[in-house]
Amino acid sequence: MNSGSSIKRGRQAILATLWKQRVSYLFIAPFMVCFTVFIVVPIVLANGLAFFSFDAISRPTFLGWDNFLAILTQDRIFLQNAIPNTFKFAIIVGPLGYALSFLLAWLIHQLPKRIRDLFTIAIYTPSLSAGVAMSVVWLVIFNGDRIGYLNNFLLSAGIVREPQLWLQDPQYFMNIMIIVSLWASMGVGFLAMLAGLQTVNTELYEAGAIDGISNRLQEIYYITIPSIKPQMLFGAIMSVVGTLKAGSIGALLAGSPITPQYSGHLITNHIEDYAFIRYELGYSSALSVVLLLLVYGTSRLSFRLFAAKGDE
Amino acid sequence: MELRKLDPFQAFTMLGLTVLALFMLLPIVFIINHAFKPISELFLYPPRFWSNQPTLFNFQQLILKSQTTVIPFSRYLFNSVLTTVLTVAGTIFVSSMAAYAFAKQRFIGRELFFSFTIIALMFAPETVAIPRYLVIANLGIMDTYLVHVLPLLAAPVGVFLMKQFMDQIPNELIEAAKIDGAKEFVVFFRIALPICMPAVATIGILAFQGSWSQTETSALFTFTESMKTLPYYTLTLTNGLANNVVGQGVAAAAGLIMFVPNLVVFLLFQRRVLNTMAHSGIK
Repeated sequence: MNSGSSIKRGRQAILATLWKQRVSYLFIAPFMVCFTVFIVVPIVLANGLAFFSFDAISRPTFLGWDNFLAILTQDRIFLQNAIPNTFKFAIIVGPLGYALSFLLAWLIHQLPKRIRDLFTIAIYTPSLSAGVAMSVVWLVIFNGDRIGYLNNFLLSAGIVREPQLWLQDPQYFMNIMIIVSLWASMGVGFLAMLAGLQTVNTELYEAGAIDGISNRLQEIYYITIPSIKPQMLFGAIMSVVGTLKAGSIGALLAGSPITPQYSGHLITNHIEDYAFIRYELGYSSALSVVLLLLVYGTSRLSFRLFAAKGDE
Repeated sequence: MELRKLDPFQAFTMLGLTVLALFMLLPIVFIINHAFKPISELFLYPPRFWSNQPTLFNFQQLILKSQTTVIPFSRYLFNSVLTTVLTVAGTIFVSSMAAYAFAKQRFIGRELFFSFTIIALMFAPETVAIPRYLVIANLGIMDTYLVHVLPLLAAPVGVFLMKQFMDQIPNELIEAAKIDGAKEFVVFFRIALPICMPAVATIGILAFQGSWSQTETSALFTFTESMKTLPYYTLTLTNGLANNVVGQGVAAAAGLIMFVPNLVVFLLFQRRVLNTMAHSGIK
């Protein structure tokens, strides 16, 4: 009886603290509600639906692990196109785009302050304009007849003998997607790193020079990178998410959700294919779960790489 | 003046960056030129990069073309402006309130909720298109202006950046205000927000970019043509462009109308954005 009343009292104490802190909960409520409704619930639903067969009209039927089994064993387009394409795309655009972002941010930082802004704008602008606004540019540049700018240039330079069908030929399609994405990859992560560089204490460089750091590469390795690790982690996560969720670029270039012979078919396209064209919502959800795990795993890996050491 | 002081490394860097910057800007210069080309130049062979006789023909076409259809161009533009303004205002409000609580208040579950936000940084809505569709359909906000706004308010990046920035507000300042009798909401609006204007500008810009150019909402969550936005309309213009040279000019004009506000907003707030991004580190 005694312990019962103390539990009761403990519960009352918790309720009392919660009541005292009600203003805080009021502050986070709008965000947490949107967060729950549009992020948490869809993720939970996706995990649930992944075990069902559902076509949006008839009742869902429970399948167990069948959807995942099908993904791993029967889905030829997924295994032969979506997976290799996504890996090729992500490995090139992700790390390379990220390295480029860092390199460019670092180079810009080496310049006098006044001209930095100009270069920042020039490098960042493409990421602002990516997507729909620019699709007309790519369509005209990579046009398949001799009026296309690239064909025209290559023809007059004598590099090719006849116009190439850049956007219809599976051989080129992926590479064009990669180039266009790289062009637009200097986004939020690039800004974060550039800004991070400006926070590095300059005394560190002087101290480093005294300790025997003799060139800029050593400086980057021993001083710059350790100092801006947190910003680099933020940039890395933005880059992982941005790369793995990419998919619309292929559709924009091809003008249809399915790229020529699946040459630019990424996991996201596969999800949309099953969701909005074939209406196999259960299967599509299972694919979503696979992609979510992939994004989460890769982000965790970046945490490992960039996490600040305990004593820093 | 300052340029003379460059050491050889800087001069070399500068040269390299200039070449690269010009290369990066080529497509942008291209779309500007294309938008102002008269039809005769669009058909020109060999194609010419620069426009000789710039004209507003394409912009007129853009406006005229949609006047003959059911929905005028101005409606798409209005929808875009309205939803973007609402999204930006909403995101700033929602994110900075949550960020203030995470940064400056002590309450049960603070660490837990914030760690959810960090994990959500890794989330891309595109991955769960179907369940999102089901959720939105069941909320009954399909085909309304709300559907353009509400889903975008769940912006973990905004909350995260804002929280990192608010961490620097000295606690003494807030304590002092409270001793003077200020309530939490007053502290938030009168002290925290004004100090954090750079971060407010930054998440505002990110929200702007996210809303202004996205086609997903119009494509998936609305079915009446009068509820769709400018980027969606632009998308319909660029479909099947390969054989439509006249359409290219019009599409370029529409693309330019979409791109320019993005650039202007960034130019206005560039310094503030960098100021905020300096605190973007995840520790």
